[in-house]
Amino acid sequence: MSYLKKIIYNCKQATFLIEKKQLKRLTFREEMELRIHLAGCGVCVLYNKQSRAINDMVQQLFHDSLKNELKLDDAFKADLQARIEEGLA
Amino acid sequence: MLTETNVLNPHKWVAAYADYLYMYAIVRINDEDTAKDLVQETFLAALEKVDRFEGKSTERTWLTAILKNKIIDVYRKKSSGLAIASANKAAQEQDDFFEEDNGHWKAEYAPQPIAAMDDQDPLLKKELNGILQKCLQKLPALWNAVFTMKHIDDAATENICTELHVSQANFWVIIHRAKVNLRACLQKNWN
Repeated sequence: MSYLKKIIYNCKQATFLIEKKQLKRLTFREEMELRIHLAGCGVCVLYNKQSRAINDMVQQLFHDSLKNELKLDDAFKADLQARIEEGLA
Repeated sequence: MLTETNVLNPHKWVAAYADYLYMYAIVRINDEDTAKDLVQETFLAALEKVDRFEGKSTERTWLTAILKNKIIDVYRKKSSGLAIASANKAAQEQDDFFEEDNGHWKAEYAPQPIAAMDDQDPLLKKELNGILQKCLQKLPALWNAVFTMKHIDDAATENICTELHVSQANFWVIIHRAKVNLRACLQKNWN
């Protein structure tokens, strides 16, 4: 298989580069390989879009969870503070 | 105010920081009992280190750093031993997504549109978020730890590698596999 054909077929490598690119600058060669692949592969273009959307969703999930005021119960807190006081004494 | 030195006041710790630390742990560990234990351990460990506090950071930052180390210990524990087997199994499954010889998507695993992702309907979004949470929990512990540290804490790759004892090469493999699995899980449970 020619070098070019390998790039065009290899969705495993392309998705690997898609993930890497979201966290780090790709090398020139990696960037070229990814562009060539995406130019001819609609499935990986969709993967790219969904992968980025998942990142946004994860971030959102994290921010939302900070808003929901999950609190420790008072008995647990009182007991905990008592243990700290004990340690201080 | 740059010269102000922060001081510790353990008498106020629980009232001031317990809920914050609890939330911090819950988001990263996803288990209420473990999170509770970690908060408790954090305060008790902090108490032993009080005399080593240099006042360079705020009380909250200092306590959070102690908690963070404890969370990483949990990650490590979870991703050793038996958990390795589950990661290997999941890796094996992911290899099933692509053809062995040329790396092409296998037809049955190729990404398809996930309707709720493009939709702005808040109800659909909420449902999809619920599925995402379950899918995250299904990831092998080590992958989940790497994924969480990178995406939630935005930790430097080098730090994640050092703290979780994974090589750089393995880090990228895990990041890739975790996402491919997560996406497949969303598609499978949505459609």
